[in-house]
Amino acid sequence: MQWLERHVPKLVLAPSFIAALLFVYGFIGWTAWVSFTRSRLLPNYDLVGTIQYERLFASPRWEVALNNLFVFGVLFIGVAMLLGLLLAIFLDQKIRTEGVLRTIYLYPMALSLIVTGTAWKWMLNPGLGLESMVRGWGFETFSFTWITDPDMAIYTVVIAGVWQASGFVMALFLAGLRSVDGEIIKAAQVDGIPTHRIYTAIIIPSMAPIFLSAFIVLSHLAIKSFDLVIALTGGGPGYATDLPATYMYAMAFSRGDIGQAASSAMIMMMIVFAIVVPYLYSELRAKHD
Amino acid sequence: MTDTSYAPPTQSRGLKIALRWGLYLMLGVFAVWYLLPLFVMLTTSLKSLEEIRTGSLIALPREVTFDAWRTAWSGACTGIQCEGLQPYFWNSVMLAVPAVMISTVLGAMNGYVVAQWQFRGANIIFALMLFGCFIPFQVVLLPMARTLGILNIAGSIPGLIFVHVVYGIGFTTLFFRNYYVTIPAELTKAAKIDGAGFFRIFWSIFLPLSLPIIVVTVIWQFTQIWNDFLFGVSFSQAGTQPITVALNNIVNSTTGVKAYNVDMAAAIIAALPTLLVYVVAGKYFIRGLTAGSVKG
Amino acid sequence: MSHILEVDGLFKSYGATEILKDINVSIDKGEFLVLVGPSGCGKSTLLNCIAGLEPITGGAIRIAGQDMTEVSPKDRNIAMVFQSYALYPTMSVAKNITFGMQVRGVDKATQSAKLADVARQLQIEPLLNRRPGQLSGGQRQRVAMGRALVRDPALFLFDEPLSNLDAKLRVEMRTEIKRLHQDLGASMVYVTHDQIEAMTLATKIVVMKGGIIQQIGTPHEIYTRPANTFVADFMGSPAMNLIPARATPNGQGSVIEIAREGAEPLRLDEPRHAGLSGEILLGLRPEDMHEATARAGEALQGGAVRVDVVEPAGADTYVVARLGGKEVTSRLSADTQARAGAALEFGFDLSKASYFAPETGERLA
Repeated sequence: MQWLERHVPKLVLAPSFIAALLFVYGFIGWTAWVSFTRSRLLPNYDLVGTIQYERLFASPRWEVALNNLFVFGVLFIGVAMLLGLLLAIFLDQKIRTEGVLRTIYLYPMALSLIVTGTAWKWMLNPGLGLESMVRGWGFETFSFTWITDPDMAIYTVVIAGVWQASGFVMALFLAGLRSVDGEIIKAAQVDGIPTHRIYTAIIIPSMAPIFLSAFIVLSHLAIKSFDLVIALTGGGPGYATDLPATYMYAMAFSRGDIGQAASSAMIMMMIVFAIVVPYLYSELRAKHD
Repeated sequence: MTDTSYAPPTQSRGLKIALRWGLYLMLGVFAVWYLLPLFVMLTTSLKSLEEIRTGSLIALPREVTFDAWRTAWSGACTGIQCEGLQPYFWNSVMLAVPAVMISTVLGAMNGYVVAQWQFRGANIIFALMLFGCFIPFQVVLLPMARTLGILNIAGSIPGLIFVHVVYGIGFTTLFFRNYYVTIPAELTKAAKIDGAGFFRIFWSIFLPLSLPIIVVTVIWQFTQIWNDFLFGVSFSQAGTQPITVALNNIVNSTTGVKAYNVDMAAAIIAALPTLLVYVVAGKYFIRGLTAGSVKG
Repeated sequence: MSHILEVDGLFKSYGATEILKDINVSIDKGEFLVLVGPSGCGKSTLLNCIAGLEPITGGAIRIAGQDMTEVSPKDRNIAMVFQSYALYPTMSVAKNITFGMQVRGVDKATQSAKLADVARQLQIEPLLNRRPGQLSGGQRQRVAMGRALVRDPALFLFDEPLSNLDAKLRVEMRTEIKRLHQDLGASMVYVTHDQIEAMTLATKIVVMKGGIIQQIGTPHEIYTRPANTFVADFMGSPAMNLIPARATPNGQGSVIEIAREGAEPLRLDEPRHAGLSGEILLGLRPEDMHEATARAGEALQGGAVRVDVVEPAGADTYVVARLGGKEVTSRLSADTQARAGAALEFGFDLSKASYFAPETGERLA
């Protein structure tokens, strides 16, 4: 009875912890192992070295996927951050309709990326969407066919992604703006510092942690992006809009190439770790001090 | 609220008003850009195919028809079956409700332990669990597919529930932990001296305080699970697919004439539950979003 | 021999850091023990160990003669009042007070009888149906006391219960706790960082620093015969003056020599102690430095010292001067002649003086 009383907290936490060990760390280990084998349709556990990684980096499709991740990641994170910050600053100017506007800017975050992709796919449809709308206004030569253009299609993913996530960044930044010490701002106003300087010199620098959070969340979203591409372009035209996530899925479930799926998943994880681990580490460190 | 509306004395009144108007104009333009897809989805879903082909994207329907909605709900084809979204909608409900409940309860208990019953190594265990929130799920897809097969729940709704619970616990634990650490440890101490044990303290003291965080967690988990596509498409089979997978299948179905109005109606149906939650409990939704990211 | 509480060679560490080192203290029934020290001295940890809320690393704690090492808090027959009061926020005041009895399965009739009893004693009857959030600080304090009283324990534990109250309320509640102690004849252990609280409440004080007991004694002993310079400095406000000085034995006593500015050193006779010699610290309470003209006829030894600052404080006036190269404060009557910048003839009452070794800070005599 005494023993039980003392160990109840551990017993309560145990199942979740064991699940994490097994289904997170164990599974990562399994995938890592398989990424060093010749597994095809079925897993094969004989280690053969880095052959899968060599195949991966020799694959033009993977090259496209990595390139796309870079282009998409940089633009998606950059534009969403910029737009989010801008909207947050705009909304911070004692806007009478702030509540309504905030609701409008943020609602895409409640949608499934499949819904977002479906909507934008329709709007970007060259024959019936925005293109024909603008032509209908009299601009007969207007052309907007990015979604079917292999060179431009990835930018449509950026558009839809920014549409979905920028409101969320706005909410983060707005909360950050509001948490800046009011006395500092009053002191700056008393000193006669103009509003735009108050923002650039005082408020925005003090929001560094929020920039970091937004960056982490957005990069995490970018690397995991899968649904949006599937719904918007299906990875096409051809594999022009493939991302590592869609590459991995295609290898795992339609090509029956488990080795390639595992190695591409491992690369994805390493990219995430390269971003998240330093962040988590600094967070945990900061909390201990 | 910080007051940053400072106007230097040199700025003329006229300029100030012009700036104000410019500000509202910009905010209005952005509002339009965020609302446009929803507006287009809605109007398209109420038009006939004929009108879609001839009219403008943003024109209001000349003649409102709910045919597309009816088809999307009960007649649209997802591959070979043509039952509409209806069965998949209920799949998602039957998947989301238990998965949300189980992961919330587990998160509450875990968070309670980590925040109030610290033992040696509890923080490390918490960090290890939290880490599971950050992995790209691609890295667990293959072994999970095999594991579900071994457990004999592959391609089933219980299998999907299992997956969502396993990978949802990290976040739910984080939410409750961050909430419960703000409750003074003295409360637990006082209750211990009063003779209450682990579960009694949770039930009598912590649970009655937890309504806000329960709402945040339930909304977060519901949104995540309802909107999930990756697990749904990887671990379901014909008949057990969640609504996001079915929607994608309808949109990409190649049989027959492309019915954009049905696609849009289907998309709205798939989005409706989470949109509704957002409209009804937006405050908690935002709190979940920011808590899930800032506190990481 | 039967102490109500015995702490016997107690050690407590978190990992490699030792929080409490060899704590030995005991109290008898009806005593009021105050643990006092600066923050981080281990006093709250010690209280938590006594309550069973923290496991101990070594030694033993006995309550009413029984070893408590393996006994959980609820079975130690104790009650505790916390700094934040720790009232259950979702329960009414009445429920807060009866929750413990409810958990223990006390019958409803007894519960309400005891509740009524305690509520009357603390005059909180009108509050019974309110939530803690609707109460003022002082009211919460009363409810927290009520929750402790209703248990009728062998030992009451208080963890800085007054530190969240404003100054006026703190003095009121202090008196109330003292009255409660007298009325109940209960045994209490009380943690505070406020030395005035310690002095006014305690029958026995334990002064702690860095997890080590510096001194145990009655308030009078602690005040008049501090065991070291830490206790001398910590207990009493303004603090005891610790004046660097030189001692030379002269037959049956010693001569104490103190440097002063702009004049030859003060030379004072200390007839009580013959053993003092070399560099020492003379410990003198501010009230043991008098204004010589006001105390003519008393056996005081005098000397003129230039006054730096004069601080009237109502009943008393504090006068700051420099002696032995350090600032010293004296407590003089409000009608003092002291003027800043002018010399004042002080009278030192060495019969109340303490002497410390400058290097170790330990009491010499």
